[in-house]
Amino acid sequence: MPESASKVDLSFVVNGEKRRVQAYPMARLLDVIREELKLTGTKEGCGEGECGACTVLLDGAIVNSCLVPALQADGCEIRTIEGIARGDQLHAVQEAFIACGGAQCGICTPGMVMAAVNLLERNAHPAEADIRTGLAGNLCRCTGYMKIFDAVVKAGQAKGVKA
Amino acid sequence: MRSFLPGYELRAPANLQAALELLAREPGAWKLLAGGTDVMVLFEAGKLPHRKFLSIWKLPELRGIEVSPAHVTLGALTTYTEIQAHPVLQKEFPLLCRAAAETGGIATQNRGTLAGNIANASPAADSPPALLIYDAELELISAGGSRWVPYHSFHTGYKQMLLRPDELIRRIRLPRRKDAWRQYYRKVGTRKAQAISKVCFAGAALVAGDEIRDVRIALGSVAPIVLRCTQTEAALKNRRLSAATLEAAREVLAREIAPIDDMRSSAAYRMRVAQNLLAEFIAQIGNGGRSHR
Amino acid sequence: MGHDLVGQPVPRKEGRDKVTGRARYVDDLAFPGMIYGATVRSTCARGLLRGVHFEGALPWKEFAVVTAKDIPGENTVALIVHDQPWLVDQQINHAEEPVVLLAHPDKYLLEEARRAVRLEVEPQPAVFTIEDSLARKEIVWGEDNIFKAYDLEKGNVDDAWARADFVVEGEYRTGAQEQLYIEPNGMIAVANPKDGVTVWGSLQCPYYVHKALVALFDLPPEKVRVIQTETGGGFGGKEEYPSIIAGHAALLAWKSGKPVKMIYDRAEDMAATTKRHPSRTRLRTAVSHEGKLLAVEIDFTIDGGAYTTLSPVVLSRGTIHAPGPYNCPNVRVRSRAVATNAPPHGAFRGFGAPQSVFALERHLDEVARAAGLPPDELRRRNFIQPGQTTATGQVIHEKVDMNLLLDRAFELSGYHEKMKRFAQQDPGLTRRKGIGFATFMHGAGFTGSGEQYLASVAEVEATARGRVRVHAASTEIGQGTNTIFSQIVADALGLEYDRVDVIRPDTADVPNSGPTVASRTCMIVGKLVESAALGLKQTLIGSGLLKEKYTPADWERACRDYIAKRGPLKARAQYQPPPDIHWDDANFRGDAYGTYAWAAYVAEVTVDTVTYETQVDDFVAVQEVGKVIHPVLAAGQIEGGVAQAVGYALYEKVVWQEGRMINNQMTNYIMPTAADVPRIRVHFEEWGYPYGPAGAKGIGELPMDGTAPAIVNAIENATGVSIHEIPVTPEVLMEALERRQETTRA
Repeated sequence: MPESASKVDLSFVVNGEKRRVQAYPMARLLDVIREELKLTGTKEGCGEGECGACTVLLDGAIVNSCLVPALQADGCEIRTIEGIARGDQLHAVQEAFIACGGAQCGICTPGMVMAAVNLLERNAHPAEADIRTGLAGNLCRCTGYMKIFDAVVKAGQAKGVKA
Repeated sequence: MRSFLPGYELRAPANLQAALELLAREPGAWKLLAGGTDVMVLFEAGKLPHRKFLSIWKLPELRGIEVSPAHVTLGALTTYTEIQAHPVLQKEFPLLCRAAAETGGIATQNRGTLAGNIANASPAADSPPALLIYDAELELISAGGSRWVPYHSFHTGYKQMLLRPDELIRRIRLPRRKDAWRQYYRKVGTRKAQAISKVCFAGAALVAGDEIRDVRIALGSVAPIVLRCTQTEAALKNRRLSAATLEAAREVLAREIAPIDDMRSSAAYRMRVAQNLLAEFIAQIGNGGRSHR
Repeated sequence: MGHDLVGQPVPRKEGRDKVTGRARYVDDLAFPGMIYGATVRSTCARGLLRGVHFEGALPWKEFAVVTAKDIPGENTVALIVHDQPWLVDQQINHAEEPVVLLAHPDKYLLEEARRAVRLEVEPQPAVFTIEDSLARKEIVWGEDNIFKAYDLEKGNVDDAWARADFVVEGEYRTGAQEQLYIEPNGMIAVANPKDGVTVWGSLQCPYYVHKALVALFDLPPEKVRVIQTETGGGFGGKEEYPSIIAGHAALLAWKSGKPVKMIYDRAEDMAATTKRHPSRTRLRTAVSHEGKLLAVEIDFTIDGGAYTTLSPVVLSRGTIHAPGPYNCPNVRVRSRAVATNAPPHGAFRGFGAPQSVFALERHLDEVARAAGLPPDELRRRNFIQPGQTTATGQVIHEKVDMNLLLDRAFELSGYHEKMKRFAQQDPGLTRRKGIGFATFMHGAGFTGSGEQYLASVAEVEATARGRVRVHAASTEIGQGTNTIFSQIVADALGLEYDRVDVIRPDTADVPNSGPTVASRTCMIVGKLVESAALGLKQTLIGSGLLKEKYTPADWERACRDYIAKRGPLKARAQYQPPPDIHWDDANFRGDAYGTYAWAAYVAEVTVDTVTYETQVDDFVAVQEVGKVIHPVLAAGQIEGGVAQAVGYALYEKVVWQEGRMINNQMTNYIMPTAADVPRIRVHFEEWGYPYGPAGAKGIGELPMDGTAPAIVNAIENATGVSIHEIPVTPEVLMEALERRQETTRA
């Protein structure tokens, strides 16, 4: 297999911090986040944009980072699960996930939290139907989703949900 | 990740002109990559035969929704999220908004583009049935100029289309004249979200009293391409809404579509459900229903 | 000993790490010099390997290559029967069988190499169905394709038919189901002759992996070490297969001298690793006109795939659960696990019970109809009562009141009112409502004498600063092991929850508390950690350093003084069977389980006759699982199990082609999303169990058993068609409705 591409310089603002990496332009953003930026909180569950475990915020919108070529994220702002808490101060969504039992095995949790944070940023008091739609791209095999719905409602009611 | 990453080239031209020039210089060498929601899935699976890609994701010339008295024109890269959020589309093109809302999850809707959905040419695509109902037209552009083609003639066979290797889809134009039409859309995909359709039905009809003055019907996942069912339309047009009309149309539809067995469903199921959806559509336009089933 | 913490929704121990992304799963680890491993698999379902060719313009010398010849010890994966090779030597028995292992520092080049290995295979005819296997169309395993058979007899079934007022027969089928944990399988191995073998990975049963590696490398047990990393779900899918990945990664590490990471991608995980056994159940039931069950004859067959793996024990649980929570004087269950050329089927939540319970609970609705009784009335006339015996001859001594559970479930779901209302539905409606239920039980812990053989051990240790550490091989896989162990131990010691740590399972550091399976972690191992904690306290009191009543400060002082004087402060507990528990393995009779969880589930559905889709609108799960240690975790177990079983009932279909799963993508294997699950309403009764910690029983598998039949019973209520197979995909429902239409016309 001939090598036809060469690595390119890319820069992003990751969780508020300017970061530069060298990567193949078609490298999956997921791999760049996990392997180059060493932010392993973002998970790979399927590699086909189906499970949502790799969800990150790209310029404020949730994306499946397994489906984003790194080159397309050049110059963008990326927010990962590591950037959701403020130091030791958990985000209301994270607090609610703990309190309500929204995380079991935890592998979908970072993506689920990202989707929930984004959902609440768009709609602070979502009805259950909105939560279901908002999280339909994030698969969870442990919880049956009930405790996750509870957590999103609770986080919406909590103060300081604005990130 | 099953692909040999260093074997894949991706370039991001600075503007549309640069992209078109590259396409013109090496026609067929470069494939386009927009939001990546289809291409990257194949890439991950090691099933992406093509090696050189042009990222058009950031080209401003391909973005934006323009509204004029006669048309709504969507930039090629209009995402499903943008479609759902647009007030004029919500009001006048509800089937397209429904299709956008039922494509993948939010993350996919943020990245998936209308032209990407068209150019990926999947017979199971969700938005094309709606585009066929709305008599969409596509502007195809190359370094040599641009041309408008009616969408219903764009797909010529399985994964075949009128797009030349040096062209790309620039815009999608929807004539604003379906206001008075009764509209229906239903995607059938086993689960409610994140599904690939097994059958997708879009229909619209202009009804006066109990007569169908005009009608559009398009189906996905029942033929090698998303199909505008003109014969079925003919069986309904200028007919009275009646059991006999429906029965005749169902028979025509059965001849017009050619569903297959695959891992997602069976030909028999697709056939029967397509006919059932036609019946539901007819029943609803008879009841004065609009876009909702 | 108070119960300050047991019963309270304390925060999950590792919750903070999980919501912040700090929890480290195997793929999050990287070791210096680590390279990547991959598996080359067979090209057909059955055949003879004639050659392996390394083709393409690849730098083959840079690759570590392992074939069957490189195996230092025995080329069979040690489990129950030693029949499954680590790598194919000559005979290929399924389409995903590992043949060659490759490793390279560049994971992209590794994929190229995987594609460039060409296997020369002489195909042989294969067997893909239970019927063909039973008919011995080909003999693909042993002498008769039978991994295991059981014959369970109670009373005299043969004499009952003549006395029956009604005899009802039916055949029921269930499909394979993929566990679909969201974290795919993966392992990292470091291995060399000097240090032995160490693996880190996603797994449920550290000592299963340990046993397999010891035999693979022919090493002394202390030279093999297995460490669990944070595990992203298991459901049985990480019970046995992780041994294979660990062995493969270790073989590559041994050969290359480098740490090797082997992570399956989703497609490989779905295609190659174990799934729930497909099944076929034939039921024949004799019933009197009063609705008394006179005899039940059950023929239960599961498809084990190509190798034995866990099929004998899956079969035994399925067999014992087949007659359900009913009292019937005459029962016969003949069961077998047969070989086919599918990848081996394995453990999955419920472990054989969901298959046979589906069959029985569907069948009883038909028996009720034959007897002219409502489905609940038929069951009520036959529910097992204390003092009565199960099919294995076990006398039920514990409290059981199935009527109460059913009453509660009906009350919560509005069953009777809805039954009436749905019966009045306009026959022309295309969206039809229905309601149905199932009543069932699930035995907690290993079947029969399993727990006695395991003789599990757990240890509790205190540090000089008074912190308490739990050492057990029981893994946290999302179900809450860390949390409930901490609650139990803290309560046993009268200390704070935060003072207790549960040590990450590492075979160098934890005793063998048995595998994390069979709903046994809370009831069996929880009891052991409770006993060990009490032992620790007794040690301190016995030493005179602690009084019977103490404060946390007293505790800290006592720990400090004890360790200063006498060294490590630890206590162990080993499993002791409850008194009067007897199991006869040879005759398959006796006390099959120490106790059972009991349940009544109600499903309400809408069936759309335009698209033949079924939506579960509401779900009520009422169960008795003994004392509920943690209400949020317990409800989460039930809700998660119900959701998984909604998938089992309606969506999750493995599409096979020549013994290979071809829809091995999350896009094409359909599990429920947040938009698909009903509101799941969970209610617990707590009758308790004296031999569980604080009275707790098992819980995890239970919800998998009764959900599917409740849903399919509801589908019958909505449509009038009785469907005998799952998943009830829209295609299946369409065919059933069309068949009925034809019958009506004829």
